[in-house]
Amino acid sequence: MTLTLNHYLFVSGLLFAIGFAGVMLRRNIIIIFMCLELMLNAANLSLVAFSRFNLVNGLPNYNAQVLVFFIITVAAAEVAVGLAIIVALYRARQTTHVEDINSLKF
Amino acid sequence: MDARFPWFILLAPLVSAILIQLFTRKSRSVSATLSVGSVAFTLIASLFVFAGPDGSSEIPWLDFRPAFYVPIGVTVDALSKVMLLVVTGVGTLVHIYSLVYMREDESEARFFGNLSLFMFSMLGIVLANNFAMMFIFWELVGVSSYLLIGHWFTKDSAAKAANKAFLANRIGDFGFMIGILMVWTAFGTVVFKDMEAVRDQLSLPATFSTIAVLCIFCGAIGKSAQLPLHVWLPDAMEGPTPVSALIHAATMVAAGVYMLARVSFLIELSATAQLVIAWVGILTAVLAALMATQQDDIKRILAYSTLSQLGYMISAIGLAAPGAAMFHLFTHAFFKALLFLGAGAIIHALHHEQDIWKMGGLSKKMKLTFLAFTAGYLALIGAPFLSGFFSKDAILLAAWQQNKLIFLLALLTAFLTAFYMTRLFVVTFLGQTRSDAAGHAHDGPAAMTGPLVILAVLSVIAGYGFIANPALGHELAHSLHAAHEKGGAMLVMALATGAFILGTGSGFVLYKGQAKDPILIPLFKNKFYFDELYAALIAGTQDLLATISRYFDQWFIDGLLVRGLSGATWATGFVLRFLQVGNLQAYSFLFGLGVVATIYLLVFR
Repeated sequence: MTLTLNHYLFVSGLLFAIGFAGVMLRRNIIIIFMCLELMLNAANLSLVAFSRFNLVNGLPNYNAQVLVFFIITVAAAEVAVGLAIIVALYRARQTTHVEDINSLKF
Repeated sequence: MDARFPWFILLAPLVSAILIQLFTRKSRSVSATLSVGSVAFTLIASLFVFAGPDGSSEIPWLDFRPAFYVPIGVTVDALSKVMLLVVTGVGTLVHIYSLVYMREDESEARFFGNLSLFMFSMLGIVLANNFAMMFIFWELVGVSSYLLIGHWFTKDSAAKAANKAFLANRIGDFGFMIGILMVWTAFGTVVFKDMEAVRDQLSLPATFSTIAVLCIFCGAIGKSAQLPLHVWLPDAMEGPTPVSALIHAATMVAAGVYMLARVSFLIELSATAQLVIAWVGILTAVLAALMATQQDDIKRILAYSTLSQLGYMISAIGLAAPGAAMFHLFTHAFFKALLFLGAGAIIHALHHEQDIWKMGGLSKKMKLTFLAFTAGYLALIGAPFLSGFFSKDAILLAAWQQNKLIFLLALLTAFLTAFYMTRLFVVTFLGQTRSDAAGHAHDGPAAMTGPLVILAVLSVIAGYGFIANPALGHELAHSLHAAHEKGGAMLVMALATGAFILGTGSGFVLYKGQAKDPILIPLFKNKFYFDELYAALIAGTQDLLATISRYFDQWFIDGLLVRGLSGATWATGFVLRFLQVGNLQAYSFLFGLGVVATIYLLVFR
């Protein structure tokens, strides 16, 4: 069996769904954060897959791959900021549980 | 006569007032000398002016011809001449009298300063040759009257009386101002002479002239204390007695009559207004006389008597007899000033006791005062062959010839006048002394009795032709003689004498030897409840206004605008804050929904 675009997209969708479910359902902020990364990488996977299967004159469309690099860079920066926020939050509240972080709630 | 004399008359008291206010308030004797000197000067100058010819001179003030032109000018004619004599004559005597009366007062300098200010303002009214100038001085006498009524302003009642007088006058003056503006619009000038000249060329609508005349009359209602604004005058007796004699008996309150006589050519334009004026005058005369019958304060009795006599004069104006009005003004000024100064002498001798029931038997203690007071008393009640007899007769005759009902009321007033004055006279001077102070009373010094004697002589003789005719001038005197020849003169005289005999007789019979009032009529004693009515009316109006504004404030401003705005903001926030659940996942879920919705809208629509 050959791997087609659909297989990649399926995996990508699955990853995204898992990530989304994690973001929605998990309460630990670090896990939510990791699930967020999962969703980003699902997007990356689909982009690379589209690039790989969308050949122009025998060459892949590199635009998508460049975009993936951008996403990885931004994600790295985001992780740095996000983790820093989480550490600061933990220092302030001694918790990483989102249900405890609700002082803006009515 | 120098044409500048009237100007000197006008300015001398002003100079004195300014000097006293600015420089000599510390020194009582210098201030008093200045003030008395200035008024004596005006008297002498007035005598020169009186002997001299008529004339007028003016300097332009607001000169925007032909649009409008208001000069400052003086008029010397029969009318202003007689008024000059009255004002400066009575003024001089009152000033001299005040030297004694106010000697123990701490702020004598202030008193004389204000008195000079008053003389200036009053002479301004007398000499004014136009409405605008008259109005300015009209307000100035209001101010000086306010200052003098409130001379003892630390006394609560005096301060309140001053306010009351000022406010009541303001109401009248407001109408006066509107009247002046109406006339100004219609005539295009405020100068009396020019107005008279163009009067016959104008054909004003009857309603317009009626309203204008009645508005002008409002000024006289306020200043001459006619119904319904009469309430201030009795209260004005809180001022020092010389002030009552000068301002609130002889001169200022007569300014209304003088002003109406001055513009009698305007009043003739409207028969309706004339009728209203005549009725207001005569009703004031009757009601004030009724009130006077039950008062116990010697000055208040005289104050109501003044009201009543002013009512006579106003009524005469309304009956188109300004000659009779001015005649009565002329004689009344002397005998009423005399009565007030006499009352002042008594009050002074009795250490500020004003209740007539605490006097009694003063005829033996204060012989000179008694004699002078008797002359004034007889003149006021119209005893035959004294001045009041002639002038009252002139008014009664005018009433008889034009309106029998008014004549009857005037006759009733004459009877009441004789009655209440006899009551005052008998209770004060005859019978037993009824208090310690009255037992030790004695005549004042010569500066006090001198003016009394002079005024007494004038009160006796002022009605005779040899005084009255030259004083009133040819025109007014002639109108009086003309009225005499129209008939009814003898009958009116007989009826007036009858009223006099009846009033005096009943007064003597009722009050001879009484130690307290044998009659008690609460309605008269309480002045027909005018003060209470006004208090209730004003309080009621104020309460109503206050209630309305409170509701407006409470429900509209506070409720709708302030609380409504804040409430709406709060409610919006209340609804919106339910969205802020504080749950991270909920936010991201909503965010996700938003993304999906955006994609749906972008891609599939």
